[in-house]
Amino acid sequence: MALSEMHAEAVAGIVDRVATRYKRDPVNMLQILREVQEACDWLPPEAIDRLQTVLGVPRTKIEGVAGFYSFLYTEPRGKYRILFSDNIIDRMAGSQPLIERLCENLWIEPGKTSEDGLVSVDVTSCTGMCDQGPALLVNNRAITRLTATRIDEIAELVRNKTPLSEWPADFFKVEDHVRMADIMLGSTMQPGDGLRAARERTPSDGYMASNMRSWREGLPSGISGPSAMLDEIKRANLRGRGGAGFATGLKWEACRNAQMKPGQQRFVVCNADEGEPGTFKDRVLLTAHADLVFEGMTVAAYTIGARRGFLYLRGEYHYLLEPLNAILERRRKENMLGNDILGIPGADFEIEIHLGAGAYVCGEESALIESLEGKRGTPRNRPPFPVTNGYLDQPTIVNNVETFAAAALIALNGGDWYAAIGTKHSAGTKILSVSGDCERPGVYEYPFGVSIRQVLEDCGAKDTQAVQVSGPSGICVGVDEFDRTIGFEDIPTAGAFMMFDQTRDMFEVARNFVHFFQHESCGFCTPCRVGTSLLKNLMDKLHNGHGSPYDFAEIEKLNQLLQAMSHCGLGHTACNPVLDTIAKFRPAYDQRMEHDEFKPAFDLDRALSEARQMTRRDDPGAHITGHNVALGEEA
Amino acid sequence: MNAPVKKKLKVATTSLAGCFGCHMSFLDIDERLFTLLEHIEFDRSPLTDIKEVHPECDIGIIEGGLCNAENVHVLRDFRKNCKILIAIGACAINGGLPAQRNHLPLSAILEEVYHTSPGLSNGLIPNDPELPLPLNQVHPLHEVVKIDYFIPGCPPSGDAIWKVLTDLLAGREPELGHGLMHYD
Amino acid sequence: MSHTFTLDGKTIPFEDGQTIIQAASKAGVFIPHLCYHPEFKPHGSCKLCTVKVNGRQTASCTMRASAGMVVENNTEELNAERRALTQMLFVEGNHFCPSCETSGNCQLQATAYHLGMMSPHYDHFFPSRPVDASHPEVLLDFNRCILCSLCVRASRDVDGKNVFALSGRGIKTHLIVNARSGNLADTNFTLKDKAAQVCPVGVILVKRNGFAVPIGERRYDNVPIGDSLETATEGR
Repeated sequence: MALSEMHAEAVAGIVDRVATRYKRDPVNMLQILREVQEACDWLPPEAIDRLQTVLGVPRTKIEGVAGFYSFLYTEPRGKYRILFSDNIIDRMAGSQPLIERLCENLWIEPGKTSEDGLVSVDVTSCTGMCDQGPALLVNNRAITRLTATRIDEIAELVRNKTPLSEWPADFFKVEDHVRMADIMLGSTMQPGDGLRAARERTPSDGYMASNMRSWREGLPSGISGPSAMLDEIKRANLRGRGGAGFATGLKWEACRNAQMKPGQQRFVVCNADEGEPGTFKDRVLLTAHADLVFEGMTVAAYTIGARRGFLYLRGEYHYLLEPLNAILERRRKENMLGNDILGIPGADFEIEIHLGAGAYVCGEESALIESLEGKRGTPRNRPPFPVTNGYLDQPTIVNNVETFAAAALIALNGGDWYAAIGTKHSAGTKILSVSGDCERPGVYEYPFGVSIRQVLEDCGAKDTQAVQVSGPSGICVGVDEFDRTIGFEDIPTAGAFMMFDQTRDMFEVARNFVHFFQHESCGFCTPCRVGTSLLKNLMDKLHNGHGSPYDFAEIEKLNQLLQAMSHCGLGHTACNPVLDTIAKFRPAYDQRMEHDEFKPAFDLDRALSEARQMTRRDDPGAHITGHNVALGEEA
Repeated sequence: MNAPVKKKLKVATTSLAGCFGCHMSFLDIDERLFTLLEHIEFDRSPLTDIKEVHPECDIGIIEGGLCNAENVHVLRDFRKNCKILIAIGACAINGGLPAQRNHLPLSAILEEVYHTSPGLSNGLIPNDPELPLPLNQVHPLHEVVKIDYFIPGCPPSGDAIWKVLTDLLAGREPELGHGLMHYD
Repeated sequence: MSHTFTLDGKTIPFEDGQTIIQAASKAGVFIPHLCYHPEFKPHGSCKLCTVKVNGRQTASCTMRASAGMVVENNTEELNAERRALTQMLFVEGNHFCPSCETSGNCQLQATAYHLGMMSPHYDHFFPSRPVDASHPEVLLDFNRCILCSLCVRASRDVDGKNVFALSGRGIKTHLIVNARSGNLADTNFTLKDKAAQVCPVGVILVKRNGFAVPIGERRYDNVPIGDSLETATEGR
């Protein structure tokens, strides 16, 4: 047998094994591709050949999906695929010299695969390790606290082709860094407590299960069981923790009341695609309080009448998959998942974990659902909304990790207890992912209403010039605003809290964020697809010293266009970091406004470099400077 | 004494990486040129053979994109001396035909032309300092200097050119309606 | 049941389930668009058809009409934004109209004319996009692709073939064909496919058919887009 045939056969074997485990259902395409790649290091054409057959889908569909996600490769990227987290916080911690060091060490260029096919080194969007950066991913496993020494060790391990399983365990250690705990991070709730409390809200003549519609619809709302639980969520005044702050009770109620066609069911989805740069609190919740999250999901299922749930875990947190699955397994054994949960007949609920593959846009709930369905993560046209037409066109709630954890606490302690914490319009607590220039980065849980200043004091921040709250899509807060507070009344946040001291260049912060949006734009709609690239080019133009007032006007116009015309929040907010920093840190921009008149975005003299090289000329006429050398006069 | 004559506007024209088709089209405004000449006088232009743009030129009309260093110098000279700069034709506006080379590395093009294909250069890439060096890529004018107005078309019709110039002379924002506006 | 909404002050009747653009087309009002086609499921990606509904901007091809809506369409503000989107599409690809067989029949070009686009305004990306001349009857020139996905939808929903799809992400999004080689010749695509008829620009070109109608005498040379609604929505 020819080598290529053997290869094809081996690949087909891998594909068959993976696809069979996923029931050969194309809805699991993303999971199948991800696992095939784990076995093959990339997605060779032979794998796609075989997938076409076993899944019965056209090649275009497979390649369309594979091409969308940053962590899926249709070209070989090496046995070791190293991706440095490229958030501004990682950069501030010195990631760039480390990338150079590793590349020099391994004799490779960033972004390219080594000639022997052993290794590639590139950058990726924030991997959620800002409190212990610089960080990288090697074959989707996180390595934190990078130093020059550690980089040299990594190079050595790669050169020696040491299997990842034999790399020092200490490399892969991820700290929780819980610095300030309140009701959630300090919770001592035992698994099942919340569910039992929710069950107790059922009257004694119970035996009523959440998914028995006839039962539920027959009861007036607000007196028992699931509807009583819904009332608690509403009374708690719980709002979504993903940033937008939609009332959780309303969302659950809309899903609960959604009409279903025969054969349809409801779904509970936990959004653990924590992709907003600078955010890592869900990582900590899923590490230290996963039971709380799963309990919240189960409470939600009980409340809305769902039998299936998904946790959509960002690919960067791949290392959490095993421990999370172990917890799910334990919960099944303890009858907190599966059939007749805690003895309630008909109360059936299962949770599956799906992994993302490097696409920030999948944090948008409808894109997340598309991704769960094994498709490209393109945000849907809305309406209709997921609560009526979600996963597989069926009623679905999508909530943040922290929202579910809060729901579990509410199930146990009641809505009134929860509503009494925080402020009038922002009940409960908020976990902040604190990183950047401070002494104690980590997660901090506060009742809503805490001031920026308080957080800065608690984490030991000095000479702070700005705080980027809620990541690049959030807002940039300057010194005179430090008395503003975290909460839906003032500054809502998904949790990121990145600090920059007086030594930092806020222009470069904004430029980093703009690069992020450009990289993560899904490409579906014209304004965001092209506009984020234009914006990135304009910021690079300023960075490269070609800026003029013309470019500022262009940024302003692009911002209006993206806000008005974009398909989803990514495009709407892509200009935020620039606008905020222009408004608040104007000198950082003025420094870049080197010209009064319009200048080209590229260096004209450098544009002759190839011709100079080919002709071996270096006379004055072979250059273009600010002056018209050839004509002997000033331009 | 004669009544004060209204000062004629100075108009300069040139072709950079273009084919002079737009200039030909300019001539297609035919007898209206006489009317036009009541309002304008030509400065540097292939029509006059004046070599330098007058430092106080009113309108510069430029055909063709930027393919080499000399194109850049001429364009900058026009920008410096003309109050209003008009890019005329597809090449000036989006690089046009010359920009079809933009997806190829310049080195590959020079190799192909002077090394691989038979020719008169004896396999040498000309390196006379008199020759302007080609840019890595062809650029439309607006990517290098600020352009005030555009007359699209390959070439724009004489009527389109007439319309834009008369709009400008009348102080109107130039506009091309159906039939006059085309990119081909 | 029939209801009405207003579009630039004009009363437009609509039926339940109709989108704004559907109702507007029926009433003879043109809303610029590129990825919308009356025969296919709306996509909502080009955003050219964005209108203001009760003061809020939304794509009219995906937004259902509802009674009493106040919709703005032909305003200077919206047209300026649409013009900017058109300019973005022009600089994103390689659109050299003089050498394009679709010039004069091209919806992108005609829409740009309609919106008074005098220049592409932005810096060009000049992407490198090789053509696919493998198929005996059809040439694919990806340089002009605007990612409207009409061919994707036509091939999938009408032809049942899935010859086309979008792959990549962001600015790297691109059209692919259903063959391991990546060549159209290795797919089951034929000239009779609906997908062969729907490209609004000059990507899917019939071979040996070039310049049968001279430039200057083509569809939109004769009648501007929007003047006849069939012209506006039929494709080529």
